[in-house]
Amino acid sequence: MAVIFELAVQGAQMLLVLLLAPLLIGFVRKVKARLVRRQGPSLIQPYRDLIRLMRKEVVLADNASWLFRVTPYLIFAATWVAAALVPTFAAGLQFSWTADLIVIVALLGSARFFQALAGMDVGTSFGGIGASREVMIASLAEPAMLLIVFSLALVAGATQLSTVAAFMSSSEVGLRVSLGMSLIALVMVAIAENARIPVDNPATHLELTMVHEAMILEYSGRHLAMIELATFLKLLLYVSLISCVFLPWGLASVGAGPEALAFGAAAYLGKLAVLAVLLAVFETAVAKMRVFRVPDFLGAALMLALLGTLLLFVSRSL
Amino acid sequence: MPVLSDLIDAGRRIEHHAPWPRALVSPKAWSLAVEQLAYGRWSLVGLWGEPDRVHMTLLDEARDIGVISLDCRGGRYPSVGQHHPPALRLERAAADLFGLAPQGLPDTRRWLDHGRWGVSHPLAARPGGPAAASSYRFLPAEGESLHQIPVGPVHAGIIEPGHFRFTASGETVVRLEERLGYVHKGIEGLMAGAPVEQAARLAGRTSGDSTVAYSLAFARAVEAALGVTPPPRAIWLRALMAELERLANHLGDIGAICNDAAFAIMHAHCGVLRERVLRAADAAFGHRLMRDRIVPGGAASDLNETGTGSIRSLVAEIRQRFPHLVELYDNTASLQDRTVATGRVKVELARQYAAGGYVGRASGRDFDARRTPGYAPYDQLAFDVPVLQEGDVNARVWIRVREVEQSLSLVDQILGRLPAGPIRAEVAAADNAADGPREGMALAEGFRGDILAWLRLGADGTIERCHLRDPSWFQWPLLEAAIEGNIVADFPLCNKSFNCSYSGHDL
Repeated sequence: MAVIFELAVQGAQMLLVLLLAPLLIGFVRKVKARLVRRQGPSLIQPYRDLIRLMRKEVVLADNASWLFRVTPYLIFAATWVAAALVPTFAAGLQFSWTADLIVIVALLGSARFFQALAGMDVGTSFGGIGASREVMIASLAEPAMLLIVFSLALVAGATQLSTVAAFMSSSEVGLRVSLGMSLIALVMVAIAENARIPVDNPATHLELTMVHEAMILEYSGRHLAMIELATFLKLLLYVSLISCVFLPWGLASVGAGPEALAFGAAAYLGKLAVLAVLLAVFETAVAKMRVFRVPDFLGAALMLALLGTLLLFVSRSL
Repeated sequence: MPVLSDLIDAGRRIEHHAPWPRALVSPKAWSLAVEQLAYGRWSLVGLWGEPDRVHMTLLDEARDIGVISLDCRGGRYPSVGQHHPPALRLERAAADLFGLAPQGLPDTRRWLDHGRWGVSHPLAARPGGPAAASSYRFLPAEGESLHQIPVGPVHAGIIEPGHFRFTASGETVVRLEERLGYVHKGIEGLMAGAPVEQAARLAGRTSGDSTVAYSLAFARAVEAALGVTPPPRAIWLRALMAELERLANHLGDIGAICNDAAFAIMHAHCGVLRERVLRAADAAFGHRLMRDRIVPGGAASDLNETGTGSIRSLVAEIRQRFPHLVELYDNTASLQDRTVATGRVKVELARQYAAGGYVGRASGRDFDARRTPGYAPYDQLAFDVPVLQEGDVNARVWIRVREVEQSLSLVDQILGRLPAGPIRAEVAAADNAADGPREGMALAEGFRGDILAWLRLGADGTIERCHLRDPSWFQWPLLEAAIEGNIVADFPLCNKSFNCSYSGHDL
């Protein structure tokens, strides 16, 4: 019986991230629109877009291979699994023993690998440009992400997210310099990974400046819907990750009752909203950087994460 | 040192060509003028063809303007472009339209004619059959690990069509080549034989965002040809419209440039201000873009108290809000990082190409048609022409910012001194029909730069030949130079800072 309840909670978590991801994007877009004094599309516009895309015909380039057709589903599956592993409202879910930070990084890494391959598959110049830029960004973002994982693991004594979250909400954490550095580095990586301003512009129509959008220019119909949904999920994943690791308050603990779960869900929604507003404000306040400044930006993230890890070797209390 | 007026005096002066002289010159004098252009002493203001003749408008060192014309025996004339590159595309366009073959032109590819007109040399005395469709050979750029990126003519955004062929080494642009002509509408062909009123409407539709400047250039050319002086109130109203158009476009551009660096907040605020200008124009003149409000002989709609009020409150609002936006632009480090030192146009290049507008003025070319040669009522108004030397995207933004401030002051001055009286004079050519054709020309400063209008009115009062030269003719080639050595991803920013016209160029 307990197992069924646990499975139900895990299932609810998987459905929750899937259903919530478009809303989060819709909310960010709405806040950004309001910040520049526009009305903005409605909050549920991303759902409508996805439904519209699902209904549309798929237009394939003549020279598209099977890889091009399979990749959207691969990306979606990998991202969904990764997003479902991050504790949102409750720790210690049924699958939490697999919810390892390194697994999440690896899942996202493979999704990106296939996306870059598919970008080059049809042989258009934009796909190639996008793929090369994406890989350049990834080659710096992934090591930074792994170093963040290492600092967290050194502090919490595990790479498993439930354990990390439980440790972070306990009183023994205290104020640590290395964690502050990790947080900043994680935010920088999250911005780069999600193709947000100042690294990439998710709303641009300028094909020459695109990174993420350039890789998916050739996609249409349900393929595009899958990729878009994966993009939404990825943003949700990173926001959840930041809130689960650095703002773990309200997270329902292992074996908690329905009330705690409900409170956890409400706290989670609140955190999402706050972080989404912060993201929108930040994106409105800065311009996009030159493509060749991105390595500097991510290099700073890498250095911060590295410093955080090194500090922990100097003293466990830093 | 040769002077343009000597050259013109040596040729056969054409009667009834106003306000600047035109002369039919010998091939030797033509070559002399080309030499002056090649040495950088004179500037090329325009070059256009007729079935059996080619014309060139020149600006000499004393800033005198004149037109020299050369008879083309057998449809051939010595090329200007082989010595003076700015003439290249103008000569290629004249070759496409009239079948005039410039001797020695290094680039004989077709320019406007993409082989889809169903006729070749449509404006020649005897148009030829359909041009054989041939693929366009882009200039080669060879080297290890170079790759080509074709962009357009259909773009991801809703913009005008133009094809850009980048040759890049990784992200760095080695060469950019433009291919234009996709929006050729045949305006010069439509103008031939059209009555003046209809031709004025055509002129106003050459480039939608410069409709006031085009109508003004055309109207002044007609008035020059016929010796008509519009009533003072009309002259001042026209200047008011021209400044409102400049305001709207500059505000829109400043926002759009920032938007290409993903700084949406400037775009939104500038968009609001631009919209306010358009609404004030609508309230004052009955059309948001003020199309067809300037006609030969005067203006088509008068300004009443309500209109004056809306423009005054517009000026007050922009004065209040614009400085904050300028401050935001100047203080946003991430934005400055994108615009400063991006897309440099060298001072020498701007001078060689005689680039007008913000492109020229951001690269040290101190030229404004409102001041040189100047036209009414600007001789009675106080304004500065901002000039910078840097030539980068940032400089082009700052020229626009300063020009917005100047235009606000000009609007103020015009509203304060607007004379009363009629707004339209009779434009009639019938009484001097016996004199034969009359020719007139004008330079008008649009927001992009100086627009040249040249026309010949037939004895029956219809347009015999009209040529309109957009400022973009001399700015598009500079864009190719500006992007060299920059990265591919900075092209949209450079392109937007130029904001050249496709429609006005393709005609």
